[in-house]
Amino acid sequence: MRCLRMLVRILVLLYLAGAPALAQTLCQPNASNGYRVRISIKTALGNQAYEWNENEMFLFRATMAFAMRRYYKTETYNVDNIIVCNQTRRVSFWFVVISPENPTMLIPKADVEKAVSMSRHRINNAFLLTDRTLEFLGIYPTLAEPVNPDTPPWLIVFGVVIGAVFAGIIALLVSSLLQKRRKEKGMMEDGQDEEDRQMKGVENGINLDGIYNRGFTDDDRFTKL
Amino acid sequence: MRLQLPNPGLEDRILSHEELDKLETEEAGSGDRPKWDNKTQYMLTCVGFCVGLGNVWRFPYLCQSHGGGAFMIPFLILLVLEGVPLLHLEFAIGQRLRKGSLGVWSTIHPYLAGVGIASMFVSLMISLYYNTIMAWVMWYLFNSFQETLPWSQCPLNYNLTGLVSECEQSSPVDYFWYRETLNSTPDIGENGGLQWWMVLCLVSAWAVLYICIIRGIETTGKAVYVTSTLPYVVLSIFLIRGLTLKGSLSGVVFLFTPNLTELTNPTTWLDAGAQVFYSFSIAFGGLISFSSYNSVHNNCEQDAVIISAVNGFTSVYAATVIYTIIGFRATERFDNCLGGNILVLLNTFDLPEGNVTESNYDQVLQSLNGTHPEVIQGLNLKTCDLNTFLSEGVEGTGLAFIVFTEAITKMPASPVWSVLFFIMLFCLGLSSMFGNIEGVLVPLQDLGVFPKSWPKESTTGITCVLCCIVGLIFVQGSGNYWLSLFDSYGGSIPLLIIAFCEMVGVVYLYGIDRFNDDIEFMIGHKPNLFWQITWRFVSPAIMLVIFVFYFITKVTETLLYKTWNPESENFPTLEEKPYPAWIYVIIFILAGIPSLAVPGTALFRCLWRKRDRKSEQQELKTVKADIKGLWIVGSKLHIESILPSIGKHNT
Repeated sequence: MRCLRMLVRILVLLYLAGAPALAQTLCQPNASNGYRVRISIKTALGNQAYEWNENEMFLFRATMAFAMRRYYKTETYNVDNIIVCNQTRRVSFWFVVISPENPTMLIPKADVEKAVSMSRHRINNAFLLTDRTLEFLGIYPTLAEPVNPDTPPWLIVFGVVIGAVFAGIIALLVSSLLQKRRKEKGMMEDGQDEEDRQMKGVENGINLDGIYNRGFTDDDRFTKL
Repeated sequence: MRLQLPNPGLEDRILSHEELDKLETEEAGSGDRPKWDNKTQYMLTCVGFCVGLGNVWRFPYLCQSHGGGAFMIPFLILLVLEGVPLLHLEFAIGQRLRKGSLGVWSTIHPYLAGVGIASMFVSLMISLYYNTIMAWVMWYLFNSFQETLPWSQCPLNYNLTGLVSECEQSSPVDYFWYRETLNSTPDIGENGGLQWWMVLCLVSAWAVLYICIIRGIETTGKAVYVTSTLPYVVLSIFLIRGLTLKGSLSGVVFLFTPNLTELTNPTTWLDAGAQVFYSFSIAFGGLISFSSYNSVHNNCEQDAVIISAVNGFTSVYAATVIYTIIGFRATERFDNCLGGNILVLLNTFDLPEGNVTESNYDQVLQSLNGTHPEVIQGLNLKTCDLNTFLSEGVEGTGLAFIVFTEAITKMPASPVWSVLFFIMLFCLGLSSMFGNIEGVLVPLQDLGVFPKSWPKESTTGITCVLCCIVGLIFVQGSGNYWLSLFDSYGGSIPLLIIAFCEMVGVVYLYGIDRFNDDIEFMIGHKPNLFWQITWRFVSPAIMLVIFVFYFITKVTETLLYKTWNPESENFPTLEEKPYPAWIYVIIFILAGIPSLAVPGTALFRCLWRKRDRKSEQQELKTVKADIKGLWIVGSKLHIESILPSIGKHNT
């Protein structure tokens, strides 16, 4: 009985000591269920770049756990389920996700990809980075849906311009027509005035009152032949 | 002894100086000939006509490809020896004879009417395709009123899985220009049908033109206040913006760095001469028309010098502005290229960021090449050279619609710059169109094609509608190819012939003595020795040389044209194809008919006159016979009337 208990204790101790080692063997470069992450902080933020250290790595693992929780809609995932290895000076590393129920089982690549794609925007924002500067090699960023307005904007501008131009043309044509009519009317009225003046006998602009003496009309314009 | 060809009857055809003065005082308020409201309108119209799209997109390319600052030397020399004399000649002859181009040449000599007709044909052909370029500018202008410019990114393909492949292989600006604007077919033979969006833009371009020319210079004179001044404002805004962008100064330096060895190359001088000639819009007939609306004593010599100076200055100014933006674009491309290479190096060798920068890139590359040569080879790093990017100089529509639009997408607040740029292009083109259309309308009126009773609005309207309908050729799928065809052949050789005939006609047929006297009457002093030498010998000689070289080049070159063919192997490079055989007929029509109109009309008039003379002689004979007969009859009657009295007396 005591031997059995000691054996169990040794096994537990070995397990506790070996678990991280086991976990490390799970995470390897080019692991079948792992992804490589490449981070370019200086490219994204320039002067305001922060230092990549253990705390940032902790944030990364926490964000990945958040992504897994969101995808599976469960609350079982934790920071310990995200294992990171092979970090380089470039700031690139590999990570794998182990299942919370079974620490030896890795979450398949496809599921990890879907989880990352779903929360990509949140992951990027946690680090103030973009799709280009926080790369998951093998997971392509989803393309943004193009905004398709109902009427193309150019048609609206075209309508405004052509409406204004045609209105202007019609206005000019109408105004020149009115001008012409006014001119013709003016000429006709001038003609009428001339006739009236002759009949009323206006001399030097002074209206002579009186009866027109027909004795002085020249009706003998044509000589008798 | 001055060489003067015989020109009988010239005195009867032109108004004498006294009659001109009388006309001047009488016509003070009325008269059926239009007049400029003030001198500013006239100057702005001429400046607008001369300053056009060529100043913006042809001159900078020529400058940069022919030795930069050194190109100024042939350009300025030929401006003074060729441009200014031709301009002064056209202004003076229009002001003196007070008619449009057709009237002027038929007045000088009836056989020269062909020059006027050729001018009209050339102006017509150029109007047709020039307004299509305006339609393209309007299309881009309409599309600039969006937050993200449509040519800044590739559209997604049908499945929304990726970008459209044609766009991915080339670039968003190329795709927008060749596919979404032109919808270009791969061959000039396939016409691809009318592109409805371009038809709308073409209609709007002609509508805007119509409203500006609806009453002739009465409305044009008002429109030029905007269309001739706005380009300068926009150029200045772009200059200030451009100079604040990174890399702009390298562009300007590249443009003006002189390479004096280019001066020994004859094509440099040829291109400079051609550029001066085409830039001044001579031989279109529009300038003659415009100056004929002036008062008789207007100082045309001063006008010619001022307008030439403004034109030259605008070319240089526009080139500077364009090259600040091109310098910015080239620097941006260079930075992207280098940045891409650096990223590849960092990723491959897992070096921390900031280890490799632009300054130590070469050293690091060399050291890495020493240690890991095979890896470096496998990376296929691109060679990034700023000068290569700068000399990707393009001209023409490529500059405006591809290179410049790409540069605009990289500037902050792109829609604003895009709107400004295309409004500037539109104003430049519209003011040139005023002159082109004037060169079409006035000869049509002189020929009596429209009845005199019709109002001006209807004649301009009908011309615009007909030109719009014919211009539908250029909005098909293959329209771009047709346009470059018209541009190369319709607008080049005939103009040179017309200009040469103009000079010879004025100097040797009208008579340089009479011309000098006219100018003395108009502006108060005789033209000095410079004008005499250039008019009589230098300018015609230059025209002849340019014409001969141009003709030989055009005739001997193999006719190829560049097409946008997504299926070609070198896509996105434009594929060069030979023209089909029936194009030669079209080329002959474009270049041959206006050129042949000059001798053709002369021959026609000669034969008509001979026929007239024959019938005149016959008429004379019959008239003589009639007179004789009448005299006989009359004398008979006289005798008969006398006889009775004689008889009376006798009896």
